[in-house]
Amino acid sequence: MGRRVVITGIGVLAPGGIGTKNFWSLLSEGRTATRGITFFDPSPFRSKVAAEADFDPELHGLGPQEIRRMDRAAQFGVVTAREALADSGLDLAGLDPYRTGVTIGSAVGATTGLDNEYRVVSDGGRLDLVDHKYTPQHLYNHFVPSSFAAEVAWATGAEGPATVVSTGCTSGIDSVGHAVELIREGTADVMITGATDAPISPITMACFDAIKATTPRNDDPEHASRPFDGTRNGFVLGEGSACFVLEELESARKRGARIYAEIAGYASRCNAFHMTGLRPDGREMAEAIKVALDEARMNPEGIDYINAHGSGTKQNDRHETAAFKLSLGDHAYRTPVSSIKSMVGHSLGAIGSIEIAASVLAMENNVVPPTANLHTPDPECDLDYVPLTAREHTTDAVLTVGSGFGGFQSAMVLARPERSLA
Amino acid sequence: MTAKVVITGIGVATPNGLGVDDYWAATRVGKNAIGPVTRFDAAQYPSKLAGEIHDFTAEDHLPSRLIPQTDRMTRLALVAADCAFEDAGVKPGDIPEFDMGVVTASASGGFEFGQNELKKLWGQGSQYVSAYQSFAWFYAVNSGQISIRNGMRGPSGVVVSDQAGGLDAIAQARRQIRKGSKLIFSGGFDASICPWGWVAQLAGGLMSTDENPERAYLPFDTDANGYVPGEGGALLILEDAEAARGRGATNIYGEIAGYGATFDPKPGSGREPGLRRAIEAALADAGLTAGDIDVVFADAAGTPELDRVEADAISAVFGPGGVPVTAPKTMTGRLYSGAAPVDVVAAVLAMREGLIPPTTNVTLSPEYDIDLVTGSARTAPVRAALVLARGYGGFNSAVVVRAAD
Repeated sequence: MGRRVVITGIGVLAPGGIGTKNFWSLLSEGRTATRGITFFDPSPFRSKVAAEADFDPELHGLGPQEIRRMDRAAQFGVVTAREALADSGLDLAGLDPYRTGVTIGSAVGATTGLDNEYRVVSDGGRLDLVDHKYTPQHLYNHFVPSSFAAEVAWATGAEGPATVVSTGCTSGIDSVGHAVELIREGTADVMITGATDAPISPITMACFDAIKATTPRNDDPEHASRPFDGTRNGFVLGEGSACFVLEELESARKRGARIYAEIAGYASRCNAFHMTGLRPDGREMAEAIKVALDEARMNPEGIDYINAHGSGTKQNDRHETAAFKLSLGDHAYRTPVSSIKSMVGHSLGAIGSIEIAASVLAMENNVVPPTANLHTPDPECDLDYVPLTAREHTTDAVLTVGSGFGGFQSAMVLARPERSLA
Repeated sequence: MTAKVVITGIGVATPNGLGVDDYWAATRVGKNAIGPVTRFDAAQYPSKLAGEIHDFTAEDHLPSRLIPQTDRMTRLALVAADCAFEDAGVKPGDIPEFDMGVVTASASGGFEFGQNELKKLWGQGSQYVSAYQSFAWFYAVNSGQISIRNGMRGPSGVVVSDQAGGLDAIAQARRQIRKGSKLIFSGGFDASICPWGWVAQLAGGLMSTDENPERAYLPFDTDANGYVPGEGGALLILEDAEAARGRGATNIYGEIAGYGATFDPKPGSGREPGLRRAIEAALADAGLTAGDIDVVFADAAGTPELDRVEADAISAVFGPGGVPVTAPKTMTGRLYSGAAPVDVVAAVLAMREGLIPPTTNVTLSPEYDIDLVTGSARTAPVRAALVLARGYGGFNSAVVVRAAD
């Protein structure tokens, strides 16, 4: 086995859970952060609920100029990257900056910033030839969201390879998977990686309304996100970020770092089927899971907990239930499966990284977070979805998965590095 | 782990040529394709020139159902993918679907599509926004659409690193082949020549305001005053060299032999920019030394400060005037994520013909110690080429392309 990669620092910013401690409290207590939208008047929209983060950038150390030039998603990313670095205790100044890289996942980049600025330069949608005299210089940073990776690199001092990974709703897994590959192949020793999205804006609500992807359960926003429940009718949009410090195992051990988990396996596959639809058989997700397990040198029986994509659409819940059975066999029935989107909503590209954080915290605490709002079983979803309350459960290895528009299906296996390898 | 990865098929669409033959016929003779913006009325904007693709009709190439759900950059990419398959002599069904993937770069996504839907949102109301807005503008759309159209279910991805992204995508594609995939599509396309894209690019402050198509984009010239944006890009089919030979591939254009990437220090740090280190990393990865490189395809930002950084990095690695340098993108403008994949195409075609295409319109400033190929093409044997690309904010990427044995 070549170079192995471990997580040594975590930063999380999620609705109802800013900071790792608050985030874990929310999840382990099974509370939800989905509410009626307050960022703008939601009355024209079919879906009027979202999971908004109560985020004050100044409180998190961002200066006035940083706040002005960065989209909300970039701000999230910088805050969680700094938190992860501080958590890791790593002093980057003592390392070769070219050996530290950055990958940041984001599905929709600066969509909120673009929405706001378009409204101004088009004078409320009146001008076809939008007016350049009303553009701020940072509009270019919204135009090309690689600015997110640039901001994180500046915030942390990384000068190695830097990029944004943007594979829709699997971005948060794929970004971390990309970072793992850079360390394994020897290009980098340390990676600042994770994902961020802040998509709660009128244009996002409008396009998800148009395909009826988001829930219209506006009369009960706190219980609107219902993955695996027979009454679910769409996802609840969320926002947030999680970032990590990844290091090569031996050097992390040598400096006495706190090691949260090894990223033991990762794979991504495509359904080559439909931009928004899923094949019901779950085969490509199953394929990704199998390859990730192989890479981790682990049998299905090694998985103690599955952190599901669980977006709360009937199509998804059945698709991934099929994928778990296909890839894990009977072990799928014996393994707790849950979706934290029931509590923090679906933050598109960010959620994959937020779910990696949840998975690692489940290992830390040997507690599996619940699927909130799951009261009515769906006969086609017949696994153990940990309804309503968290469960004490020895958790040495976690499978976390993601599924997204464009057909991307990703799987990652997190495990304790001291495990015996199959 | 270090299997050779070769280019076996090319699809290219640039302002000066659609398809490999047209692109090279125009590029080798220095055919300019920068002109006044025609896609919209640019009279009110300080910059009025672009590299536009004029003779592309998506409906001639793609099923009608794809037209309403795609931005221009996606239509160009889908057609380029079809051409690349044809060029490689592979049909999508020839290779197991889980062994084929797509890794593309994007800079600004389907920006024109997004513009039109934002206009509906704010001008008419949210109920007028297209269902396709849920994916047609986002950065992952080209990888998704290409995989669907061609039944490619293997490892795929999307990177965004402004104009450096095209090389980052190629490097990621190479990783996937080294991990066992048989065939990966890679490259990038952007096409944001629309009013909303225009004002966003203007905001960056680096666009040329010169109105003479032959004087507007002059990298390494004393009169360098910014860049002209263009549209288009290239898609490459990458395969494991042995597998490609095994299936009897006829076009083995060249090998992706080395890659390196860095990010510049934070502005004001006083530390050296990262480009030199990216070049050195790419050379080391390829197992080559500076003396092995026969030509450098420059990023050619077209602004004095950035040109200075690039010229210094090239001189530092190769010595003053130590290697021919060229920037055929002076003919097309800067194609964002598409720019570097197009330069990789130019590099392998330069190898094939033994001809370095010119940097048009430019008179080299005496301030730079580089051997810039200006005026007309230069005949020279090319066995290995270095392609450079940089992105706004400090992204530096370098790829070494080597002739296939």
